[in-house]
Amino acid sequence: MQSKETTQDKLVLGNKEFDSRFILGSGKYSLELIKAAIENAGAQIVTLALRRANDGGLANILDYIPDTVTLLPNTSGARNAEEAVRIARLSREICGSDFIKIEVIHDSKYLLPDNYETAKATETLANEGFVVMPYMYPDLNAARDMQNAGAACIMPLGSPIGSNKGLATREFIQILIDEIDLPIIVDAGIGRPSQACEAMEMGAAAVMANTAIATAGNVPAMAEAFRKAIEAGRTAYLAKLGRVVSKGAVASDPLTGFLQD
Amino acid sequence: MHGAFRAQRFGACKLKVKVNGKVEDVAAGTTILQYVESAGYRVDRIAVEVNRNIVPKSTYANVGLHDGDSVEIVSFCGGG
Repeated sequence: MQSKETTQDKLVLGNKEFDSRFILGSGKYSLELIKAAIENAGAQIVTLALRRANDGGLANILDYIPDTVTLLPNTSGARNAEEAVRIARLSREICGSDFIKIEVIHDSKYLLPDNYETAKATETLANEGFVVMPYMYPDLNAARDMQNAGAACIMPLGSPIGSNKGLATREFIQILIDEIDLPIIVDAGIGRPSQACEAMEMGAAAVMANTAIATAGNVPAMAEAFRKAIEAGRTAYLAKLGRVVSKGAVASDPLTGFLQD
Repeated sequence: MHGAFRAQRFGACKLKVKVNGKVEDVAAGTTILQYVESAGYRVDRIAVEVNRNIVPKSTYANVGLHDGDSVEIVSFCGGG
């Protein structure tokens, strides 16, 4: 049975409410696996990328994503704010979704996001009515810039994109969670369900993953494992974690002295 | 209609249009709708830019291609 606290717990982005806190990426799968991954993930938001349509648009990825899912196009490929804005507008023209994940990258070795250009694109697109979800390096000052620019959430990276290295930026993500009054959605680098669970226990509002699922031995099963981990982490966060003692031990059982007296 | 009439009348008249980076010959008077349908695109799966301006889907039938136009036709693919 679910507690009242968890059943009424919604992720709010723009004017939409979501029960799922698992945002699934759709890159690097065969089209046949995407549907099963979405179902097993219980995902209500799925990311997409925009590219030149050279195949006539046949076998289109949109045919494999259920209509109930909110599409979250990203601006991958953009090297500056101007390109991100261009991609965002084109994406909205295709699918009508106001949701956009801003991704501005001009470093091909580490694929680290440019926070300054991302904030500029956030401001422009928020003014055009987009629900802007900026992907960024977890820096508190830059996150405040995103918030002031009209971001709907903050998406800090856990570790470099596609690395499956987990929460390398843990301390800095915690600062964002503690200081920024927007949903903090950990994106990039999450490689294991346990890492997703940890991010949720810390108070992240959601986790986004792609490579960890797409490169797993069994894609649908890994999607399910992440869903369970994210749910567990969220429930644990709401339940409030038990305290940690700095030294020594504290018995869990009553010390009655039965055998000694 | 007007475009088709012109194309017929000046039968040999071809435009040079760059589509997704490749130069193509297109009959004078061709509209965006005619082009994307003949190239096999599904209108509900693409967005079109002409010379960096988005062409709203509702106007594909009314917007004609011109010599030297640079056209981008984009669609979604998998991404994170």
